[in-house]
Amino acid sequence: MDYLTVLSSLGGGVLIGLAAAMLLYFNHRVAGISGIVAGLLPQWQTDSVWRLAFLIGLMVSASLWFLMDGSIPIQLDASYGILALSGLLVGYGTLLGSGCTSGHGICGLARLSKRSMVATLCFMLTAALTVYVVRHVL
Amino acid sequence: MSYKQSPAFLIFSAFLSGLVFGFGLIVAQMTNPAKVLGFLDVAGKWDPSLAFVMIGALVTLGVLQFFIKRSCQHNLDKVITHVPVHSKLDVKLVMGSSIFGIGWGLSGLCPGPSLVGLTSGLSGILVFVSAMFAGFIGFKLVHQKAKH
Repeated sequence: MDYLTVLSSLGGGVLIGLAAAMLLYFNHRVAGISGIVAGLLPQWQTDSVWRLAFLIGLMVSASLWFLMDGSIPIQLDASYGILALSGLLVGYGTLLGSGCTSGHGICGLARLSKRSMVATLCFMLTAALTVYVVRHVL
Repeated sequence: MSYKQSPAFLIFSAFLSGLVFGFGLIVAQMTNPAKVLGFLDVAGKWDPSLAFVMIGALVTLGVLQFFIKRSCQHNLDKVITHVPVHSKLDVKLVMGSSIFGIGWGLSGLCPGPSLVGLTSGLSGILVFVSAMFAGFIGFKLVHQKAKH
């Protein structure tokens, strides 16, 4: 894994900002991924089409990248049990808190939303604390 | 303006936005949970890369938003009806975000990167995404019960 990738991080960030601006301008929607995807549940609705289109785009990006470049490094060390717990908390928490890293951390902060600033502070702090406990205490 | 309202165009623009968003996550290596955990591990060998991802995204979206606002000639929140406008801070926001943070810290995965990574076929990501959807459904079940 590469350590401290300033340019590719900035470049990736620019693409993410561009994608969020596109969805805002054309679809008048916030690019919050937890909200977009969870909105597909529990049943098909009139606005499910654009949600599904966004999700397909998100997943196709990896397939196209495989074709062009061939590698997406993914190093996942957590056990299945921890991954299941992690997924449950992420799914429940993002809906209770109305957003995740994209919705609050990028779209909300770019709008200078007070709620998103508090939310981002909360998930950054608890995530760092969790990593601290897992890596340095347990 | 008419092309913007055609349903086919709105499907295409949403698809394109998802595609570019995914490319952004891949280029920034945010699809790699180990890289994300490197940012969150402030007491270890801290990797500040994720902060640069946020800077790149926030500056880009901030600047483009300025022009979108101007092209709308109104307040962004008023024109774009789906943008949340409430500014009330509540327990749900703090609780939910904190629960999300704990989940994020356990694996290094959040919704976007996990969905991009799903196509890799890694069984661990499949476990995470399935559990995430269970969390979505769990929330909706609890929420719907509370409403009745």
